[in-house]
Amino acid sequence: MRVTQGCFSYLPDLTDDQIKAQVQYCLDKGWAVNIEFTDDPHPRNTYWEMWGLPMYDLKDPAGVMMELSQCRRVYGERYIRMSGFDAGHGWESVRISFMVNRPKVEPGFRLERQEAKGRQQRYVTHAYATDRPEGERYGS
Amino acid sequence: MAAQRWRGPCHRAQPVSEDTDENPGGGPPASISLREEFDGAGIAEVLAQLDRELIGLKPVKTRIREIASLLLIEKVRQKMGISAGQPTLHMSFTGNPGTGKTTVALRMADILHRLGFVRRGHVISVTRDDLVGQYIGHTAPKTKEILKKAMGGVLFIDEAYYLYRPENERDYGQESIEILLQVMENQRDDLVVILAGYAERMETFFRSNPGFRSRIAHHIDFPDYGDEELFSIAELMLAGQNYRFSSAAQDAFRRYIAARKSQPLFSNARSIRNALDRARLRQANRLVADLDAPLNAETIMTLEPEDILASRIFAQAADSRVSAA
Repeated sequence: MRVTQGCFSYLPDLTDDQIKAQVQYCLDKGWAVNIEFTDDPHPRNTYWEMWGLPMYDLKDPAGVMMELSQCRRVYGERYIRMSGFDAGHGWESVRISFMVNRPKVEPGFRLERQEAKGRQQRYVTHAYATDRPEGERYGS
Repeated sequence: MAAQRWRGPCHRAQPVSEDTDENPGGGPPASISLREEFDGAGIAEVLAQLDRELIGLKPVKTRIREIASLLLIEKVRQKMGISAGQPTLHMSFTGNPGTGKTTVALRMADILHRLGFVRRGHVISVTRDDLVGQYIGHTAPKTKEILKKAMGGVLFIDEAYYLYRPENERDYGQESIEILLQVMENQRDDLVVILAGYAERMETFFRSNPGFRSRIAHHIDFPDYGDEELFSIAELMLAGQNYRFSSAAQDAFRRYIAARKSQPLFSNARSIRNALDRARLRQANRLVADLDAPLNAETIMTLEPEDILASRIFAQAADSRVSAA
């Protein structure tokens, strides 16, 4: 099952040129671009691990693309996303976030039904990938 | 909404893609007007500005003209589809302090940007401190961060020879040099590196780091300024600040230049700028000393000889003459 998270995730995966154009957009707006990765695809997993520090004061996407290619070399079999952080007054938060890399095979989620008190049913989303320990989840 | 944003920022100044826009039928154009390319890029304007704002530096201007022509032809070749790949554009500027290396680097970035060889045309000016870290594992991230900031523009490394310290074999400068060399080679279309410094020390630096020499295409030597050139620089600087010399002050300043040149630590245009700043200070002091004197735009804009002759340079020159005698 294809995980959809952040902007553009219902579109086909962005090509490198499209990613570059997005990064240029962020830089033109004065946002700091950040690269994050994870191998836990659960939608409530908000805090991904950071690849290096957020990149402030860049003018051109080439630097970000350099970091992305390095991150892909190490974590090519994980989810990688980019976010644009707006430090401007009143915003001070992430303005854009989009996926730039995903594992080749995404096994998806199963729905678990839990019997709770009385006749209550509780639903749990469980990613098949997380049955295995971190770092071994996507064949790497 | 998402789709709109996605299409929005697709604007990259890349000569090759422009070409396809102009010729939807495909195939490179058979002939290109060189004049149109030249005017379109606005290089004439940059070169004229260079002539106007930089006094002297004949060999430097000639080299920049040559490089600009080379780049123009390279751009036309790209449009015609007979490209030889991105040319190596890394440069080294050698010359004494205050000979205009940084200023020329700024102009160079402008030329490269106008011709589409760098995408943004900004200049990041750094020295050893910005590139080399203080402990193990600190250098690589530091150098890479600077490189990322410089991408799409020009990285100007002032006094580049400090990167290499042969007396300390564990110096972190070496690590920085290796990263620089790698990026200079692999990402030639993303960034142009300009190394600057004094001629002899740069020579030693290149001798001990042959990798740099072979990756640098253009070596430009900046000559020292002559007395008359320094004087024209002074007049140009003053005009920029809305000051002028009185005719007596002109003579005084000519004498000042001659005296200052014989002193140690003379750094060409920079020394001139400092001298003018001090002269302005003395002029202000002189005007404030007589609060009741009538003041008009003429007097407030004019530097008089006493503002210049009060400099310690003249006193020192006199001293040395006395001691010599």
